[in-house]
Amino acid sequence: MAVVSNRLPAVGRAAHRRVPLRVLLDRESVFSWLMMAVPLLFLAALVGYPFVYGMLLSLQDRPVAQPGRFVGLRNFAIDFRDPIFWRVAVNTFIYTGVATVLKMVGGLCLAVAMNQHFRMKNLVRALLLLPFIVPTVLSTVAWMWMLDPAFSVVNRLLVALGWPKPGPSWLGDPILAMISIIIINTWRGLPFYGITLLAGLQTVPAELYEAATIDGAGGWQRFRFVTLPLLRPIILIVTLFSVIFTFADFQLVYVLTHGGPQNATNLFATYAFDIAMGAGQLGLGASIALAMLPALATLIVALTIYMRRS
Amino acid sequence: MVTGHGRLERAVRLWLPVGFFLVLALFPFYWMAITSIKPNAELYNRNVMPLVVHAPTLKHYVDLLTKTNFLVWTWNTMLIAIVATAISLVMGAMLAYPLARMRFAGAGLIAMTVAAIYLVPQPLLFIPLADVINRLDLGNTLTSVILTYPTMLVPFCAWLLLGYFKTVPKELEEAARIDGASRVQTVLQVFLPLCMPGFISAGIFAFTLSQNEFLYALIFLTKTTVRTVPVGVIAELIRGDVFYWGQLMAGALLGSIPVALIYSFFVEYYVAGLAGSVKG
Repeated sequence: MAVVSNRLPAVGRAAHRRVPLRVLLDRESVFSWLMMAVPLLFLAALVGYPFVYGMLLSLQDRPVAQPGRFVGLRNFAIDFRDPIFWRVAVNTFIYTGVATVLKMVGGLCLAVAMNQHFRMKNLVRALLLLPFIVPTVLSTVAWMWMLDPAFSVVNRLLVALGWPKPGPSWLGDPILAMISIIIINTWRGLPFYGITLLAGLQTVPAELYEAATIDGAGGWQRFRFVTLPLLRPIILIVTLFSVIFTFADFQLVYVLTHGGPQNATNLFATYAFDIAMGAGQLGLGASIALAMLPALATLIVALTIYMRRS
Repeated sequence: MVTGHGRLERAVRLWLPVGFFLVLALFPFYWMAITSIKPNAELYNRNVMPLVVHAPTLKHYVDLLTKTNFLVWTWNTMLIAIVATAISLVMGAMLAYPLARMRFAGAGLIAMTVAAIYLVPQPLLFIPLADVINRLDLGNTLTSVILTYPTMLVPFCAWLLLGYFKTVPKELEEAARIDGASRVQTVLQVFLPLCMPGFISAGIFAFTLSQNEFLYALIFLTKTTVRTVPVGVIAELIRGDVFYWGQLMAGALLGSIPVALIYSFFVEYYVAGLAGSVKG
């Protein structure tokens, strides 16, 4: 006994001096931080740093390939006195608002229509999702051709149905151009709503509908008092998601209209691109991109908290 | 049971709305396809019925493949998408595993940060990133986009995998631990093989997102030999005010095929990922 009790503390001390890696890794905190170190450093370097650097850029007069000069809030002052900036802000809110409502209502209709039993349902669902998975730039080019001033197939169909020749100038008229980008954004985003809401619908227990039917509820009432309340969390998340990415949309507008005609479809992202990459004013461009931050940050914080809670 | 009335009702309630959405979703692709095989004489003739092809030709495809760098762009796009997806899956799993399985101080904060980064759209970052890429002298290299795509894909994969990891029962890992396996062995040999469906979902999603990316590729890649399909098509098939519509549509169609093919093989995983991407 005495021998053992004499040796044990020695072993303990040795273990203290050099803990084997295997033992260290058995500690959950050590293991976790070691494992997360690489991705966290990566994100800090290529998301965290650019984010802070973008804020610093927005406070500088910084022509491309030249050193920057600190100018305080002057870039933001320039933005606020720039009528195009306000036009861009209004455009972005209209585009986001209208497209979101269309996608939400359309997506809900699509989900309800698809939530029936029929043959080849999986095939239909796969085909309906195609607009969402095909690269945006490529499908937008197809829309551009469909709305071409001279050979628009949409207009040829309209004229065949009795519309006066030559039909609407989709991309040449300020209001029609805005309508066009909203329609195409809706076309692409609607399946995302539809299929995620369909996944939500399929989790609604059939008993609830049966119970509601027995209580005398009609189709609309079942939808209004059973389906909608149960879908509310997923509708909220999908909508917040899509609002964030619609608000910051770039590709569609850049390809289809370049923000024209006369800035009628210019959004924050495309305008920031024009100023930073076209005119070479990195500081001013950064300030325009950052003007999205208050709205985006509110949405991101709300969604992050909501996703963590659920 | 199926009476004339029932069939009519079914047609109105099912096939009318579903058919409407199908036509809406697919018409642009139909239009892409038939434009790409119409001869120019037919494309730019307003007296021909436009909805069908009268004299199909493969000329636009031949021109696209021989007179432009389309094949190079396709190769670049695939290479970038595959490497960026692989990096993102590995790094995403490295973030997701501890968050799903371990208890440590700060886990909540890290999870929040990852979710928030996942929601930061590119237009907020592209101007400072362009300057960073310039200073690193990475302009016009595939490395520039292989490095920057994972900034959006890593948080995304981490989030999707986190959701999946939580559904895998802990008992097998605990049994392995009791049998004397180390943590690393447990993760690599017991846990990860159970998570293949989660990795396929996240991988397909990351792959389609990489193929879709445009803004970073547009800014960082300005030489024709390093361009991706979307940037090449926009920058080189539209020359000034001249549109080569036949070639453009052929390019758009060919450019969509890799994504559409992979998607069609794994559509169930994709839909699962779609539902998982908006779940907490």
